[in-house]
Amino acid sequence: MKKKSTFKTFVSEIPKNLFAGFVVSLIALPLGLGLALASGAPPISGLIAAIVGGIVVSLLGGSNVTITGPGNGLVVVILAAITTLGNGDMQQGFLYTLAAIVISGILLIILGFLKMGSLGDFFPSSAIQGMLAAIGIGILAKQIHVMLGNTDANGSIIDLLLQVPEGIINLLNTNNASMFYAGLVGIVSLLIMIFYSKIRNRYFQLIPAPMWIVVLSVGLYYYFDIFSTTEYPIDQSLLINLPDDILSNFAFPDFGKIYEMTFLNAVIGITLISSIESLLSIKAVDKLDPLKRRSNVNKDIRALGLATVISGFLGGLNVVTVIARSSVNVNNNGSNKSANFFHALFLVAFILLFATELRKIPLPALAAILVYTGYKLASPENIKKVFKVGKEQLIIFLITLLTTIATSLITGILVGILATFIIHIIINKNAKLFFKNILKPNVLMFKEDGKYYVSVKNFSSFLNYTKLKSKLNQIPETEEAIIDFSMCDFVDHSVMENMNNYAQTFTRKGGHFEVIGLDDSKSISSHPFALRKILPKKANSFVKVLTKRQKSIEKISKEMHWKYDAFSAQEVEELPTFGYFKTREINKISNVLSNEDCSIFDVQFSEGELIAKQVIKATMLHIHPKNEIPDFTLDQEGIFEYILHFAGYKDIDIDAHPDFSRRFYLSGKNEEKIRTFFTDELILFFESNKQYHIEASKNGLLIIGNERFASVKEMKALAYFGIALQKII
Amino acid sequence: MHKIDKILIGIAFSPNLKPNIFEAVRLANMFDAELVGVHVGEKTNQKITDLNALLNEADNLKRGFKAIWQDGKPVDVILQTCTNENIDLLILGALQQENLLKYYVGSIARKITRKSPCSVLLLIKPSVKRFKFKHIVVSGLKEDRTEETIKTAFLVAKKLDCKKITIVEEIKQEELHVTVNDDKSLRRANIAKERITTREDRRVKNILKDIDCANLTVKMQSIFGKRGYSIGHYAKVKRADLLVMNAPIKSGLIDRIFPHDIEYILSELPTDVLIVR
Repeated sequence: MKKKSTFKTFVSEIPKNLFAGFVVSLIALPLGLGLALASGAPPISGLIAAIVGGIVVSLLGGSNVTITGPGNGLVVVILAAITTLGNGDMQQGFLYTLAAIVISGILLIILGFLKMGSLGDFFPSSAIQGMLAAIGIGILAKQIHVMLGNTDANGSIIDLLLQVPEGIINLLNTNNASMFYAGLVGIVSLLIMIFYSKIRNRYFQLIPAPMWIVVLSVGLYYYFDIFSTTEYPIDQSLLINLPDDILSNFAFPDFGKIYEMTFLNAVIGITLISSIESLLSIKAVDKLDPLKRRSNVNKDIRALGLATVISGFLGGLNVVTVIARSSVNVNNNGSNKSANFFHALFLVAFILLFATELRKIPLPALAAILVYTGYKLASPENIKKVFKVGKEQLIIFLITLLTTIATSLITGILVGILATFIIHIIINKNAKLFFKNILKPNVLMFKEDGKYYVSVKNFSSFLNYTKLKSKLNQIPETEEAIIDFSMCDFVDHSVMENMNNYAQTFTRKGGHFEVIGLDDSKSISSHPFALRKILPKKANSFVKVLTKRQKSIEKISKEMHWKYDAFSAQEVEELPTFGYFKTREINKISNVLSNEDCSIFDVQFSEGELIAKQVIKATMLHIHPKNEIPDFTLDQEGIFEYILHFAGYKDIDIDAHPDFSRRFYLSGKNEEKIRTFFTDELILFFESNKQYHIEASKNGLLIIGNERFASVKEMKALAYFGIALQKII
Repeated sequence: MHKIDKILIGIAFSPNLKPNIFEAVRLANMFDAELVGVHVGEKTNQKITDLNALLNEADNLKRGFKAIWQDGKPVDVILQTCTNENIDLLILGALQQENLLKYYVGSIARKITRKSPCSVLLLIKPSVKRFKFKHIVVSGLKEDRTEETIKTAFLVAKKLDCKKITIVEEIKQEELHVTVNDDKSLRRANIAKERITTREDRRVKNILKDIDCANLTVKMQSIFGKRGYSIGHYAKVKRADLLVMNAPIKSGLIDRIFPHDIEYILSELPTDVLIVR
């Protein structure tokens, strides 16, 4: 990595970040107002959070293109906190909640300093999906009534959902003009949100959908005000309420309930959700970053915590990293932290310049934006995606979703974790595997031949994923990494998903990341993220699903015009005739990749018998020779393991090539024939290529790399080696 | 441990006795050592005939066999014998988990391993036929006794005709002094890693200076993982035949609750293990 004059690039990129910040602020304005309203807080509190977040996190944070502000996920928690802490008095409840926000900010700072940024990894991904869907439903249930012009709907999430049909009928039959027009504005706004992405007009797309809603609804007011003779039909109570003097009217937190259990609950809920939401967003935004930088998660969490504390003291909501606004930032060429900063400055400008206009925004318009966001979080497509990964993931998802809706977020996520764990035990029919091994450091990493090799033992699931992650994070993404799960009995969905994320990041940055050792495992579904369980005994008949490695091999086979058979039952007949297999029993051959003369295959064989039995897996290449070849073995000088079978034969030195003789150990029965066989060309070939163990007999050549399955890249190298070697022979 | 002169084997009349005896006899001959067998329990004629039959079946012992029959608690008796007889090496068999290819050390053997005054060899798969040692992995931890351990590993390699030794330096995460947060700290961490690796290699090379490495392939490998546990993992990945380690400094109750070094290995033996004292 090179070091450029960072300051110079930073300054030169300011104009485009200024623009990106502007576009983001167009969304952040309506969203900030809307999220605050949905939380039951004064609208301005959302904007305060966005402004403080934008300024503090851009100055102190550790990420590059993220945008910070009030988050979707917190709506439900904050609303619950305000209602329970205030005992019906929303105003007082808000002040108590502000105190909870301040404390949760302090907790976040502590988490950041303790480097607990990885806290989010302890949650299984299906449970998190379920929780997010529950949050979406929570937002949707409440806001759909507001969108229909009724701000008085109350009750639990389920009650609210049941009231929806009634609400629609009420709207159609009402003789209250204010409510009718408000509902109309709400529904039109929702339609704008839904169809915005379908209209592919460059000028129309310049302004984001939420801003269109704001512009149109404010325009509507001025239409009535200036051109129409009739009064503006929507009542003042359905319009947004901003304090008259925005700059001096800050709400101040009330720490009166700090020792109560409900307060503690609120703090935990807010901290939990804000850290999860931020972590998920930071991870997701890193994948969007055009410059492929890696965010410093802990530093970012600290900055978010500090921003939350400040925002809480100024009467704002808490500050999290938000994915939707961040992606808008990236799409508009935001490239460094200044975009976040500018977005905050534009928001300040909006409030100061357009306060009067903002007061004309009808609540249903904002509610429509939130209904759409809520729907996005809980859309049936998400459920379908989870189901594709596996039935058990859907069960986890639904359990979390329903518990969260019926009780609270914290209970919901805890039940989700428990459900995941129980399902893992049921699938494995073995609880001991988890209890015995959970505390063991199951990950080994070492660097060999310039490659990072990571081996994982026992089981790998959300429970012990941090151990794997901390090792993987130490590998530069520009290098080559091989992750071997063959010693793992069980790999869960969360880990598989994360492995896929790593593979993507490595590919993006020019490295190579490959998972091996899962080809023999049973998969729950055909989805690449499905959990995998390695069968302890001989393979029963199960539906075989290609792993990613197998799919890649398939792809290569097409590129090279070779044949590929993943589950070949075919035996390579010549194999047992090789010296190498004299003492080793072949159990299984799979993943056969072949053309007419060469075949590469994974072979599983065992050494020793009974208690001394050891199962070994390796990838080998077999070449059918066109001409006759003398029997010989060729090895790197110094590797004595293989030579046992040819004990008694001496190292044949070829005098004309002292370097070759020094590096290779060549032995065989018929020295004379071998000497004539090893032409200068062949020796040059061996000298200039990677060294494999090679064994020749009248049945062909057997070429063996490492005594483990090869990664796809290594397989390819082996194939080319084979083709080239064959040409020479 | 510069010379292995006397080897002790515990004799329990279990189905594993035959491979255990064969293995012990073979090792005794390789080290040119005297073999002592101790049985905790009654001395009956049946047992004596059984034992003699097995010894006759095995290779001839170069230096003879001495049997000790004594009542008492197995742990105490064996430890006592180790001291009384001036034993250099104690051989213990491991148990295999049902249905799984995993081995562990039973509670009695574990106690003996902890308290033993001499070196202990834990065998996971004693066999009647000869099984050649091809690859020895030895721990190169930065500790006072490491030099001794490495020397022992070379001695064993020589006696057992093993041609390949890998010296593993386990590097603790904390030694890096850098947590990987972003690209910058990642780069720093990698530089630190390189530096530590070089430093460790130099330290091990220093030890190797005094050792005769002829006819041996010696490799040095740095691994990153939990100390004590990862070396076992490495030995398993590399399919080593013998793992040589330092004995623990002390092993109290706390070490068993929060296992470290040797305790990990004992709960899940990756291969045959030699604990040097």
